[in-house]
Formats: sequence, structure tokens, C-alpha cells
Amino acid sequence: MDFEVSEFEAELAGGIRRLCEGRFPLDTIRSRESTDHAIDRDGWRELGDAGVFHLCLAEEAGGVGLGLAEAALVFEELGRALIPGPLVASHLAAGLIDGADDGSVVVGLVERPAPGAVGTGVLPVVVEHLADLDVLLVLSDQGIERLDPATLDATPLPRPMDPLTPVWALSTLPVGEPVADAEIAAWWRRDGAVLTAALQVGMAQLACDLAVEYAKGRVQFGRPIGGFQAVKHICSDMAVRAEVARIAVQAAAVTVDQPDVGDAVLAAAGAKLLADEAAVTNGRSSIQVHGGMGFTWEVPVHLAYKRARVLATTFGTADALAEELADSLAGA
Amino acid sequence: MDLRYSDAEQAFRSSLRAWLEKTLPDLPDKPSPDDWPGRRAYDTHWQRLLFDAGYAGVDWPVEGGGRGASPVEELIFKEELERAHAPYVGVNFVGLLHAGPTVIAEGTPEQRARFLPPILRGDEVWCQGFSEPNAGSDLASMRTRAVRDGDDYVISGQKIWTSHAEVADYCELLVRTGPEDSRHRGISWLILPMDTPGVDIRPLHTIAGSTEFAELFLDEVRVPVANRVGEENDGWRVTMVTLSFERGTAFVGDLLEAIELLTASVELARRTGAWADPATRRQAGHLKAELDALWALTKRNVSQAARTGVPGVGGTYFKLAYSETRHKLGEFSLALLDRAGLSAHDIEGTDGLGLLPAGTMVEDWLRGISLTIAAGTSQIQRNIVGERILGLPKEPQTAKAPAKTTATSGVTG
Repeated sequence: MDFEVSEFEAELAGGIRRLCEGRFPLDTIRSRESTDHAIDRDGWRELGDAGVFHLCLAEEAGGVGLGLAEAALVFEELGRALIPGPLVASHLAAGLIDGADDGSVVVGLVERPAPGAVGTGVLPVVVEHLADLDVLLVLSDQGIERLDPATLDATPLPRPMDPLTPVWALSTLPVGEPVADAEIAAWWRRDGAVLTAALQVGMAQLACDLAVEYAKGRVQFGRPIGGFQAVKHICSDMAVRAEVARIAVQAAAVTVDQPDVGDAVLAAAGAKLLADEAAVTNGRSSIQVHGGMGFTWEVPVHLAYKRARVLATTFGTADALAEELADSLAGA
Repeated sequence: MDLRYSDAEQAFRSSLRAWLEKTLPDLPDKPSPDDWPGRRAYDTHWQRLLFDAGYAGVDWPVEGGGRGASPVEELIFKEELERAHAPYVGVNFVGLLHAGPTVIAEGTPEQRARFLPPILRGDEVWCQGFSEPNAGSDLASMRTRAVRDGDDYVISGQKIWTSHAEVADYCELLVRTGPEDSRHRGISWLILPMDTPGVDIRPLHTIAGSTEFAELFLDEVRVPVANRVGEENDGWRVTMVTLSFERGTAFVGDLLEAIELLTASVELARRTGAWADPATRRQAGHLKAELDALWALTKRNVSQAARTGVPGVGGTYFKLAYSETRHKLGEFSLALLDRAGLSAHDIEGTDGLGLLPAGTMVEDWLRGISLTIAAGTSQIQRNIVGERILGLPKEPQTAKAPAKTTATSGVTG
């Protein structure tokens, strides 16, 4: 048993970090704020070239043949860089939808609401990044369907909560062409939860990093506010939250790759639950550390907080995940 | 990242499990919690059984008489003992986990030969005299004074939180040998025989009503200079060296016990009907996620220790997160008990299905309160994370102190 990040894994993550810093600096990403096209298609292909989408695809299918553990490390970096777009859906779709693997086709995903689900009665189906999608997949317990985004009756929603996640409302979600069965849908849910959680760990870490940087530089009462325990301890709690979530995500990813060591579905649920919470709580805490500046559009901390909110609505919400874990405790 | 155990690790686990299955049924009955002589006899008997089977000092280096197990084997050892409900380390805690490792690292050959084998065999029990009434989180301000007089030190002062003092044979004692304001640079580490004249022990009852704590009053106590471990005034470093023996497994038993408590709470919730409430289920599910993550964090910390030989920063993260989770778990089980939790006593349920585990749960909730305080308060831990890991500015130092704060100030017993 050696649950330390290996040298190879660290190098892989480091390479993605350098790619993000060099090719997707925050200013470049922010230049697409509040437009219908948050995704830079050239950039998306470069992510594809870097292996982001076909990392877990078998080598004989043209992929890299790595495990979800490696993908989780990569996705944490993508989250930390605030890369917009359906990263998780396009990764899952590699091998199923032509062109998803190299980034030449952008694949989005939306959940088909379960009939009669509590609390969703009057709510429309909201789709992210529709104008940038080549393919929209619909996930349900029964399987996965494929829709052509151009054929949908969709209304763009003004003022998206996350300025880098434009959204559309669908009046109806038509039945699409079936492309995968219930079994594949189940593992998409599991792996999708792990990778979304990995993005959230990146979000939690970004929020923490921004707060620490600000607390070191902002001087009040004659010293940096990070020297005051009231502020310092908020930062420390953020670091702990991010780290615990990170470990949960990495353990879940390894459990998917090494099924003998535990129940991967439950590990994924626990990881998503903690990572959502870490990302959302750290986002809020980081705004607090930034004081008035944290309430401005200019300072990027709100982007991490808002993206965390977006991701928390996908691949399992907190209550559903907690109930899933509870069922396992009751032997249900 | 690999969570699979190697063949050798699995073999270690199997033979340990076989030995536990053979040995545990023949243990004597557990003594009552306040019967200290009885507890000493029970705990040291268990230590002797471990010794005879080759499991004493499983994590001690071979040159200290231990088994020299890898950190992963140490994790397996603690996991199997907890899962089998084997006795706790109990009164052997300080000897095995603190004093022994200190003597191994810093003692003279004579000190090692004299003090290590009796700890491993369960013949001698140790306690710890570090904290003082006015030196808790700021341990380096301690004042218990040792003055040289020929071949002896003459010691006067007061120590607190000295667990198991009543049944201990020796105390690992920190004393001030330097000037009053010398802080970290004027402390020495001594071995104090507890039967020395001038040592007075007063029990200190905990919030849970238990009696393991004591205050230690020292009035002109004479300790031979030969009992000093390390150089004079170098005791702070000597103390810190021991902490490098910690390999991320300190809370393994505790954590697994918490996982069992969650299972017991869910059983209770199903009996009381509270399980029908989604809020109850979600709390339980959330606690499971947290405990699973902490178990994974333990494996990360152990893996780091196995690679680098020293504990990483993960221990601080673990303690901060674990103590909060444990509080929530305590609150969760207490809420389930409702008014049946007004006494720390197992009480018959009205469903005819036997006792409700109020005793364990209330006891556990009470003991859990210490977790954010003992071994470095959560506030001190947050300073450590903030200053040492995140690089935030230090607290202003008001004392006439050389600002040589270390990660471990406030780690006392």
C-alpha cells in the first residue's frame, strides 16, 4: 500500500498546470466572460492534444490508457485554472462520440429529470454552453441519448450566475438517439462524480490560494491581516477542507481503478459530497477574507465561488449523495 | 497511488489476525474504569502477551528492541487490534509511544539497556510531566526548576495532566535548568522515579468523571544527573525528536472506533424510528463521507512516513478535521438518544430488543470534547497551518521570547 502521489503522477499534474498557466491565464479566460461562447475552440483542441479527454481511453482505442486516479489529478488542475466548458462530459464521451477524444468535438451533458422527482416539478431543463456544443448527451438511469444541439428549442438565459458558464433553458427535452445502456450510464455517474469533485478540489484550492495571497498583502492596523488569528484561522480551515476533499477524491479515483480495495460508487459519492462542500465553503470564506474587494466583479474569487455552485448541481447534489451514503450504512 | 496491500503486508495481517483470534478469548475480565491497580495489571499483562508473541514495540526500531515494522505494518497492526477489540495500549501509552522512543533516540547505552526492555515487557509504567498550570499551549514558558547539587538535581514545581501518575514507575519530566527566561534553550529531560521522596500526586477528575489525570507536586525532589537524557538545556530538542517517531498512525484506533460508533448510531436510529427522517439519514451519510476521507488521509500520511521517514503536514490536517467530525458524531448520537442520553448508562429499550447503548455514546461524546484541546488545541493547530504551511505572518510575540516557535509547541500530556 502506497497512497502517495507517485513521481509520474505529480509530473503529469505539473504538466497540465504549466499548460494552463501558459495557454489559459485568467485574463484570457475572463475575456469571454458574459458571452454565449465561453469556450475557446482552439484551446479545447489543445486540451485534447494534451490528453485531457482521452487520458483514460485504452491505448488500442487511441487513448493514453491511464486510470481515473491520474485523470483526477489532471482535473484538479483544470478546476484550479477555472477552465470553462463541459470538461467532464467530453472526457466521459471519449470513445463513444467521435472527436470527443481529441477535442475537435465539444460534448455537453444534461440529466433527464426522473419522472416524479421531488422538488423539480415546474423547473425547466437548463443546459450549459449550448452555443459551443457539437453534441448534447442526455443521462438517465436507463442510459445515454444523443441530441443535436442545433435542433433544440432553447432560450438563452441572461445574466448566468457564473459569467463563464452561459446557460439555456429548454422548453422540452426531446428523446434522443440511444448511444449507451444503463450499465454505462451508471459508471458515467460514478466517474463523472469523481472528476467533477476533482474540479471542485481545484476550486477549493484556488479560493484558498487567493485568500492567503490577499491576507499577506492587505495591511490594516499596521500589519498584514493574515497575521490576525481571526483571518488566519479562516485560511487554515480552508486549507484543511481542501486537503480532506482532495484525499477523498484521490481515494475514490484509486478505488475505481482498483475495485478490490473498496466500494467505488460509495467512495465517489463521499468524494463529491465533501468536494462540493469544500469548494462552496472555501469560495464563501475567501470572499470574506477579501472583505469589500471580495464583493467586486474585478477580484476573481467570485468566479471560483460561482463555478463551485454550478458544479455542485451536477453528478449528484449534496442531499442525494448523503442519502446514498446513508443507505449503505443501513444495509439498504 | 496504490491502495492495495502487498503480499508481505497481507501475510503480516493474517498471522496477526490468527494470533488475536487465539489469544483474545483467554484474556481476563476488564477491570472497572476506576480500579487503577487492576487496570495496570490488565494493561501490562496484555503488553506481556504482545511481547511474547513478538509484537511489542511493533513500530520501535530493532536496535531499541522493537520489531522495526514499516509504517504500513504499523497501520495494519493498529487496525487489526481495533477491529478485534483488543485491549488499548492503556497505561503503557507514555512508555511505548513517548518515553521509550525518546530513550532510543537520545539515551545513553546504559539508559537504553536499563529502561527499554521493561517497557516492552510491560514490567514498568511511565507517565508524562510536561505541561504546567501556567504552561499549556506555551509549553516553553514552563517553570519547574532543577538545581544541580553534586550528582543530583533538586527539583521543585508543579506538573499537570499527568495521566496514569498513580500507577506509574517513572515520569518523563521536563525541568528548567537554564535561566528563568531561557524558554526553549533552558529545558532538560529527566527520568524521575515516581517513588522518590517529595513527589505528591493529586488526582484530577475529568469532565467525563474519569480519574486518569493527576497533578504532580514536586518539592525538593532529588534525581540523579545520570537520569538526564540528552545534554543539559537540550531537553526541548530531545522532546521534539520523539515526535519524528509518529508516523501518522496515532489516531488509527480512535478513528475505527468512531466508524463503529456511527454504525451503532444508525442501528439506534432505526430502532427509534429517527431513520425515517431524511435529516437524520443525511447527517449519517455526511459523517460516513467524512470518516472515510479521514481513513484515506491516514493512509496518505502513513504512505508519506514510509517514503520519507518523517511525518508530513498531514497529521495537523488530520487532527483538525478529525476532532470536528468526532464532535459532530457525538452530537448526532446524543440527539438520537434524546432523554435516554441524560445518563451515561445503557438503558433497556421499550421495544424488547435489549439495551440502548447510552453508556458508550454519552461517554464517548464527553470524551470527544477533549479532542480539540489535547495534544495541541485546534487554535494552536490552526496557527501552525496558517504560519508554517500557508506562510501567513506570525502572531506578534509579546514575551521576552526568542521566537523559536515550533510545530509542536503545546503537544503535551
